[in-house]
Amino acid sequence: MLKSTTALVLGLTLASGAMAATYDKGASDDEIKFGTIVPLSGPASAYGSTGTCIAAYFDMVNDKGGINGRKVSVSVQDDGYNPAKMLEQARRLVEREGVLFIAGNIGTPTNSAIHRYMNQRKVPHLFLTTGASKWDDPENYPWTMPYIPSYAAEGRIYAKYIKENMPDAKIGILYQNDDFGRDYMDAFIDQLGDESMVVSAVSYDTSAATVDSQMSTLKESGADVFFNVASPKFAAQAIRRAGEIGWDATQFLVSVSNAKSAVLEPAGLDHSTGIISTQYLKEPTNPAYAEDADVQAWQAFKAEYFPKASDGNWWDWSCYSTAYTIEHVLAQAGDELTRENLMKVASNLEGFEAPMLLPGITVNTAADDFAPIEAMSLMKFDGDNWALFGDVIAVD
Amino acid sequence: MTFFLEQLIIGLSSGGIYAIMALALVMIYKSTGHVNLAQGEMAVFSTFIAWTLVQMDVPIWPAILLTVAVSFVGAIVLERVVVRPFAKADDLVVVAVFVGLFLSIHSLAGAIWNYEVKPFPSAFSDGSISLMDDLSIRAHTLGSLLTTGAVLTAVWFFFRYTRLGLALRAAADNHESSRLVGINVSVMLALGWGLAAGIGAVAGVMIAPVTFLDPGMGLAPLIFALAGALLGGITSPFGAALGGLIVGVLEAMVSAYVPYGIEFRELIALMLILSVLLVRPAGLFGEIVTRRV
Repeated sequence: MLKSTTALVLGLTLASGAMAATYDKGASDDEIKFGTIVPLSGPASAYGSTGTCIAAYFDMVNDKGGINGRKVSVSVQDDGYNPAKMLEQARRLVEREGVLFIAGNIGTPTNSAIHRYMNQRKVPHLFLTTGASKWDDPENYPWTMPYIPSYAAEGRIYAKYIKENMPDAKIGILYQNDDFGRDYMDAFIDQLGDESMVVSAVSYDTSAATVDSQMSTLKESGADVFFNVASPKFAAQAIRRAGEIGWDATQFLVSVSNAKSAVLEPAGLDHSTGIISTQYLKEPTNPAYAEDADVQAWQAFKAEYFPKASDGNWWDWSCYSTAYTIEHVLAQAGDELTRENLMKVASNLEGFEAPMLLPGITVNTAADDFAPIEAMSLMKFDGDNWALFGDVIAVD
Repeated sequence: MTFFLEQLIIGLSSGGIYAIMALALVMIYKSTGHVNLAQGEMAVFSTFIAWTLVQMDVPIWPAILLTVAVSFVGAIVLERVVVRPFAKADDLVVVAVFVGLFLSIHSLAGAIWNYEVKPFPSAFSDGSISLMDDLSIRAHTLGSLLTTGAVLTAVWFFFRYTRLGLALRAAADNHESSRLVGINVSVMLALGWGLAAGIGAVAGVMIAPVTFLDPGMGLAPLIFALAGALLGGITSPFGAALGGLIVGVLEAMVSAYVPYGIEFRELIALMLILSVLLVRPAGLFGEIVTRRV
């Protein structure tokens, strides 16, 4: 009896509280608490600096007085790039630490592990750094939203360019036989609209030693455009092999694998000259942006709050853009710091100019569009650096 | 025809890699009676040591020799400290120890040298040799095939014609009897590990220029080397090396000529091997090991 009365009273208090209050768990008059889960250890630990970056960004925000008078506290957790650990950390943040939301996580397999959990719990799972196209699914997963352009969007951008500029292209595709490879390829072929343009598509498994025999098959097919949808090691092998067997196709290389030090240098810079890839961020090292306000702001932030940042790691400046967008959403949410309102604000960004995005690229979301960035610029490797060319290409 | 020859060269190139790795497996199997699942990771670790030396401007050949020596000693220490305490344990326990070694060495390599792909210089020349129009072979492929041949000859000679080789085989076969005839089994086991690691290091520096160096480099070659070793017979150095070459060529041919072969090449190659093993369980050239119970 006593128990049920207590429960009733508690229930009534909660119900009346919910009507009047503008806070969900994790927010109060003087604090907003959120979490971010990144690989601080393990095989992907290089990307762990994004966690440090987001925490550092909000240190800066707090030093400037916080958001609408509230301090922001960021709880950075380590998942070791292990899906099981990711779930454990998400539960810890949501159930024990009681964060308002989780944002800025890295990785497709890891975020997949908490996709259902976050949506069942109705806790915002925002601005993920992963390119899988499955995150843009507001109908089934209304609490999850990525940040960076999806593999699918990128695939469409290449297809659009090829269709407009090389309509007679005979395309050969090398792709990894998993979701990553298929995301790119399916969207690419869909955007081409004409499957016959693809004369050969061969896959490889990540357990393979090399992709040499795939490359001979592609060359043999007579393709004159090579779409390289491979993860860094295999992308480098493919580029080197294309050079060795003298296959002089126009090469398109997915952005996942366009790092100079990790892919192009191992493959050989001479073999890499002329490769086309995409970019949506301003590279701080690019002399063209030395005077750019965004880049200067990032440099100042780096100097004071994030000294560990590396100019060569895109995620060390992309996280700045992500953190800025998180701040914007929190500021817009005003005093109504509920999980529902956060999703409402996050899915109603129109032409929002987040820093570090290339001119002409903005953040756009809607209730039925959870893909914030869907425009990229093409760039070509000149043997030493990537150089942007042409207009920004947008897809939807 | 050119396409066929090109596939053949590709097959021989990866087959040569599997063959050296298979020899390392034969080495450890013949001298300890176990298949070391961590052999591939040990080879990768050795290769990272060679890479570090090369970064320190040590020329490639001295770097390889030094690496082989370091690997030899390192493996002896590893055997003493990690594997020896389980010498009398059940086979399954030993497998668990090997899996543990596999994971630890893999993570250690990742922690020290990170997971980024690194180019590794060839011990031979970087260029390729033109065989005919449109067909060339990497100098490295040719060099690593010759190396495989040299290692094979050395291993075969060692087991066949040296007292030490005989003692190693005896020690693996029967600890007790070997001890009774005066063989120091403890030294033999350590030696087996050392030699296997040395061969593994050679395998590593032959693989890395082809696949690039990263901590995951050892897994694929190990699986196919094991398949090759089982196919040719894990008790026979010659059989294992040939088995490795066959697996490599089979893989290339299946992906070139069988419809959907690229998707299923591993499966088809492994199925063919299984079929052979059904008929000849000891492998093409292996001897059936009989043990008195």
